[in-house]
Amino acid sequence: MLHAIAFYVLSFFILGFAVLVISTRNTVHSVLYLVLNFLAIAALYVLLTAQFLAVIQVLVYAGGIVVLYLFVVMLVNLKRPPEDHSAPQRHAWIGFALAGVVLAELGGILVMGRVAPQPGPNMEMSDLALHNVERIGMLLYTDYLIPFELASMLLLVAMVGAIILAKREL
Amino acid sequence: MIDTYLIPLLKILFVLNATLIGVTYMVLLERKVIAWVQVRLGPMRVGPYGVLQPIADAVKLILKEDITPTRADKWVFTAAPIIVMVPALITFAVIPFGPVVNLFGRQVSLAITDVNVGLLYIVSVASIGVYGIILGGWASNSKFPLLASLRASAQLISYEVAVTMTLVSLIMTAGTLSMVGIVNSQDTHRVWFLFVQPVAFVLFFIGGLAETNRAPFDMAEAEQELTGGFHTEYSGMRFALFFLAEYANMIVVSSVATTLFLGGWLAPFSHVSWLAFLGYVPGWIWFLTKTFVFLYIFLWVRATLPRYRYDQLMRLGWKVLIPVAIANVVATGIVKVLLLR
Repeated sequence: MLHAIAFYVLSFFILGFAVLVISTRNTVHSVLYLVLNFLAIAALYVLLTAQFLAVIQVLVYAGGIVVLYLFVVMLVNLKRPPEDHSAPQRHAWIGFALAGVVLAELGGILVMGRVAPQPGPNMEMSDLALHNVERIGMLLYTDYLIPFELASMLLLVAMVGAIILAKREL
Repeated sequence: MIDTYLIPLLKILFVLNATLIGVTYMVLLERKVIAWVQVRLGPMRVGPYGVLQPIADAVKLILKEDITPTRADKWVFTAAPIIVMVPALITFAVIPFGPVVNLFGRQVSLAITDVNVGLLYIVSVASIGVYGIILGGWASNSKFPLLASLRASAQLISYEVAVTMTLVSLIMTAGTLSMVGIVNSQDTHRVWFLFVQPVAFVLFFIGGLAETNRAPFDMAEAEQELTGGFHTEYSGMRFALFFLAEYANMIVVSSVATTLFLGGWLAPFSHVSWLAFLGYVPGWIWFLTKTFVFLYIFLWVRATLPRYRYDQLMRLGWKVLIPVAIANVVATGIVKVLLLR
């Protein structure tokens, strides 16, 4: 019962902040709503006894990436005040198409009914809460070793790319 | 009922109040210590030896006019001091002040909670505090605060990387992220991690000085260059929140350093038989004593060292601290696999 109430309240906040992110005119405020949105999502992860994921969500997204967004937005704002776009509707059809695709995906997931969390073999929920980090570590280095290594390669390539872009001459 | 709601609530109440009182007295202690270093007396007028000075300061700050600049972003301007203060306070949720004690016939753990991801929780909450500084400078709609907040946030982000990399090597040694687990691991290893990871300790302390914006890295408050810093436009209690958050962060860094490197509540050399009498002192007294030593070093450093230049600070962070931290992680891994099998 308490669980359900917490879930719906958090979902309300997540969706509300998401709407505010795209509806606010002031870009800095928009970024701040994005941070609040990420924090609410982290709370949702805690509700699902995924503390590690929650903490990483706060550390990487709310505390790391969005700070850099804020930097960019603030500096852009400094140079000239936000002006109305000449024709905001110009790319509306792309937006509608993307929204349609996302809607179709969500519908597909609902129809297929694969949303229910499936605890892996030999895994109790209480055990998961106590040994969250250990379990994730074991999975990452056994079952999901190749995706994990591929993701780290991707990050390394992105980092090298950023350095090359930032350095005018090598 | 009592165990699930009442006791945690009382713990939270107690820790929050103790922290806030500690913060106000840190301000007095800083003035006193710096005065002694400079052969002065420091505050002497309010109460014997100035011990009531924090109360006088609080009354003064509350009575000051609360100014919001005309063209400031009102909501963000109001929120910024709160965003700085709250992360500093909620970090104490996972810091263990002592072992499980018997209190009125109940087994009570002297930590508000012990989560499996304790250390990561502290790192992630600390990373939220940056927002308050950026937003405070931006929302003031004034040049110098903005410059200061850009400096401060660049500094905090850079040193966050170094501190987090440093903590990785410590986590590898302890084998857990839980704060209570880290202290227990020092108990079973029979050694404080200060002696196992001295490099990590030095890196963490330097990084801690930078993360709390303290001298010699207090670039964000360089009065000579920035007329005050990111809080130039703030007055009264809102300014006080920024000010107190700095001290609260000092207490956070000191207590985390105590837990990670000085064995938290453990008595010094508790496994040496002729020093066993030290174990009769309650654990929380050891914890507070060790934390106080760190806090004193903070003040000592401030009174002794001149401020770094901004480019020197960045060079130190990116070209010294981060490479050394990564090397330390690799060395820890090699030692752990090859020697301690």
